[in-house]
Amino acid sequence: MSFKSNRINSNVPVWNDPKKRIILIQIGFLLLVTGISLWLFYNIQHNLNKQAIASGFNFLSNTASFEIGESLIEYSSTDSYGRALLVGLLNTLKVSLIGMLLAVIIGIFVGIFRLSTNWLLSKLAGIFVETLRNVPMLLQLFFWYAVVSELLPKLRNALNPMPGVFLSNRGLFLAVPHFHPVYAYMLLSLLLAGCGAWGLSRWARNRQERTGRTFPVLSCSLTLFVALPLLVWTAGGAPLEMDVPRLQGFNFIGGMVVSPEYTALLLGLVLYTGAFIAEIVRAGIQSVNIGQVEAARAIGLKSSLVLRLVVLPQALRVIVPPLTSQMLNLTKNSSLAIAIGYPELVAVANTTINQTGQAIEGVALMMVVYLFFSLLTSLFMNWYNKKIALIES
Amino acid sequence: MADNADKNVMGTHPDKPIIRIIDMHKWFDNFHVLNGINLDVKRGERIVICGPSGSGKSTLIRCINRLEEHHKGQVIVDGIEMTNDLKKIEKIRREVGMVFQQFNLFPHLTILENVTLGPIWAKKLPKAEAEKQAMAYLERVKVAEQAKKYPGQLSGGQQQRVAIARSLCMQPKIMLFDEVTSALDPEMVKEVLDVMIELARAGMTMIVVTHEMGFAKTVAHRVVFMDMGRIIEENTPREFFEHPRHERTRLFLSQILH
Amino acid sequence: MMAAASEEEKIMERPITQIGVLGWIRANLFNSPLNSIITVGLLYFLWKVIPPFVNWFLINSVWSGAPAQCRAADGACWAFIREKIRFILFGFFPYEDQWRPLTSVLILVSILIYSRNRRHWNRRLIYFWALSLAAILILMMGGILGLKPVSYERWGGLPLTLFISIGGIVGAYPLGILLALGRRSKMIAIKTFCIFYIELIRGVPLISVLFMSSVMFPLLLPEGFVVNKLLRAQAAIILFTAPYIAEVVRGGLQAIPRGQYEAAASLSLNYYQTLRRVVLPQALKIIIPPTVNHFVGVVRDSSLLLIIALLDLLNTTKTALTDTRWLGFSTEAYIFAALIYFIICYSMAHYSRRLERELDTREQGSKRRLDG
Repeated sequence: MSFKSNRINSNVPVWNDPKKRIILIQIGFLLLVTGISLWLFYNIQHNLNKQAIASGFNFLSNTASFEIGESLIEYSSTDSYGRALLVGLLNTLKVSLIGMLLAVIIGIFVGIFRLSTNWLLSKLAGIFVETLRNVPMLLQLFFWYAVVSELLPKLRNALNPMPGVFLSNRGLFLAVPHFHPVYAYMLLSLLLAGCGAWGLSRWARNRQERTGRTFPVLSCSLTLFVALPLLVWTAGGAPLEMDVPRLQGFNFIGGMVVSPEYTALLLGLVLYTGAFIAEIVRAGIQSVNIGQVEAARAIGLKSSLVLRLVVLPQALRVIVPPLTSQMLNLTKNSSLAIAIGYPELVAVANTTINQTGQAIEGVALMMVVYLFFSLLTSLFMNWYNKKIALIES
Repeated sequence: MADNADKNVMGTHPDKPIIRIIDMHKWFDNFHVLNGINLDVKRGERIVICGPSGSGKSTLIRCINRLEEHHKGQVIVDGIEMTNDLKKIEKIRREVGMVFQQFNLFPHLTILENVTLGPIWAKKLPKAEAEKQAMAYLERVKVAEQAKKYPGQLSGGQQQRVAIARSLCMQPKIMLFDEVTSALDPEMVKEVLDVMIELARAGMTMIVVTHEMGFAKTVAHRVVFMDMGRIIEENTPREFFEHPRHERTRLFLSQILH
Repeated sequence: MMAAASEEEKIMERPITQIGVLGWIRANLFNSPLNSIITVGLLYFLWKVIPPFVNWFLINSVWSGAPAQCRAADGACWAFIREKIRFILFGFFPYEDQWRPLTSVLILVSILIYSRNRRHWNRRLIYFWALSLAAILILMMGGILGLKPVSYERWGGLPLTLFISIGGIVGAYPLGILLALGRRSKMIAIKTFCIFYIELIRGVPLISVLFMSSVMFPLLLPEGFVVNKLLRAQAAIILFTAPYIAEVVRGGLQAIPRGQYEAAASLSLNYYQTLRRVVLPQALKIIIPPTVNHFVGVVRDSSLLLIIALLDLLNTTKTALTDTRWLGFSTEAYIFAALIYFIICYSMAHYSRRLERELDTREQGSKRRLDG
């Protein structure tokens, strides 16, 4: 249909020629979009002027004059809005990163339990998953917050399940080790153990290729991760001093505090997302054709090898994309913390908007941050999908 | 391949059957899918099992390598009795190779990796030696030039031949074939059957579930007819096809030989 | 060895330990050493947890009376729920007229149940839906037919949650279809715009879109043009859900084999006719299960309306808890609300799974041939 002859083309009226029509429609569309945008822009200017609201991002350097409940960095009400938002962002990361780790662990276990041949285990896991998936996340948050703030006793009568651990409705107070140089060395030894494990696995693989004999890499690596730091600790004099929280007046001093808001948020996020991840893991493992398992068994591979060499590689292909979506969802859901008073990014931005009236900049900032996370996730998924794509003609 | 027949392995006397199935029963829920199966297979023998669908023929051979569990009776492979003992099951599975209707090649591994997976991980061979053996078997099934490709890039007939090479590379004493040509386009059936015939000529013990009666006539020592979970009739191919004894056998033959 | 078929057809029974209850227990709970340990452990755990819970939930619970009685008792305070149930379910809707939201919810539930049956999927269904929605609107708003007018500000509770969810999905569909078609279009300007919009909304949390609607919309509209809060929230939910629906529709369109488009072209159907008569009817069937899943998601997300101070079901529950006479019964209240949400969401999710299975087996045959 694409004759290059000009003579034929010039006789066709513009609205019947597909190529020209496409261009016309696009021009019309662009004009429409531009028109609407200009109109909106005019409205915004007009309304902002009328309400004497400032424009632009200068407000970021103004004094925030509000306190924030918990923060990873130094912050007080004399700091700027910009710094306040940074505190919010760090709080978001604090709950999201730990939440992702815990949610994945729980999700994997529950997903595997769902597939267990033990009817009781699989049914209980199923009830867990279905209950958490079909109740709104916000409701679950309120529930956990109520549990933490109503069911736990007041500070004076804080629960003391273990020496150094205090549970009250104002938070979890933990004894933490006093700082000692040995701990830095222990961290170093952990890294060394990591390198050792990696080196060990490479050497074992080479040896297997050459001689066929296998080596228990996993158990040796785990021992390394435990033994090396332990050795360093003993060598450093085995320091045991702890910073124990003590009740003084109306509060605990010393030790580490985990706020009830953080606890409730973490619990809610981890359990809710964990339930979705469990379904993803289950679907992923079930997506592997039973014939694959039969063929691997027929060759004489034992179950652990069947899982490792045949099922897991194929299951992971199906699991990883929706898994990364859930990780992103967890981060987005952390924004619900505003409802229980945990000062993450959206909560702080909301307070900022209320005080400065600059709604557009505030909302835009929020969205940009989350878009950044979302972009990172997309990039990762694209890279992963390309890397593991099954090659078919 | 012929060396195996001379080795005195597992104490099996060359004349004693390498597979003994004695009064075997199996139920799927309450459905009696295998009803009193008695079958002896001698070393080097080639059996073709045929019958209408649902007769239990696939289930029967799947009981021989414990892909299905039998509920009553005995299944003895190469002197080892099949029980819930995992060690025994693994030992039996290394002596018995199976080729499936759906090929079941591992799509995430190359052809060569598919074939060397068993030898490297189950028989603990060094990689170089495993690859040498694998290439030899791939040559034998005439697919050697595809070694570096992935299953998705091969035709159905090529994939099935790779599946045969994969099982052979474990050097089993017995090969089970479960309707291996049923999922293939007609023009690819011959290339697979040719490989099986060559295998037969080399002396492999084979149990083949199939509808390919031409293959049965060429290569089988015995034809076994199953219906509704029982062995109805077994005989040499000539006797079976020319003088079927039972009504059901005759009915079946009239349906497939037209 | 010739087995004669004429030997008596013995009906052999499966060994007793393998059938019936005993057989099931053996096969499912104790079929391996590890499983036996797990079963025993779980039974112990259940034995420790369930009796105290049943005690609290049922046996020691108080079903009617004053707060004092509830506090004195050891169990759950269902009297609180009884006292507050009309507020939790209907919000501030005038007390005497609460039969109206109740009827609206019943109409909605009935039409949903009616729509479950695939045999009812025809043109009449659309008319029924239109009628139901009109009836619901009349009942809720009033002002005609002798019904007292009730401003949207007094709508709340279960009706609000359900209607804003339905409104969200129904409104998101036209927009979602446009976005999906735009995304597949060969026109670069439209395609870019659609991709930009879809990826933007999918990357941000719903709360930011809700904030945008409640705080930014007033700034975007010309002076004096006021849109009520409920409508703004509904618009936000529609704008937020549309990209997800667009992805669902895109999946459905992609599942239509090229041969269909080619056949339509050879019959001289143009773009819109092909879409309307050939592609969309087929695609719609594929997209119903994921749509129902998204509807469940919207119902869950409707609880966020609490944050912009709209009285959805979760907010009415929370507000009920602020009554100073009845303090401290959060657990009971949240369990009650959770139950309602669970019933709605689980039944829809279950339906969508069942539907998926049914549609899957029907398409199985044709799909395999096409994969070739």
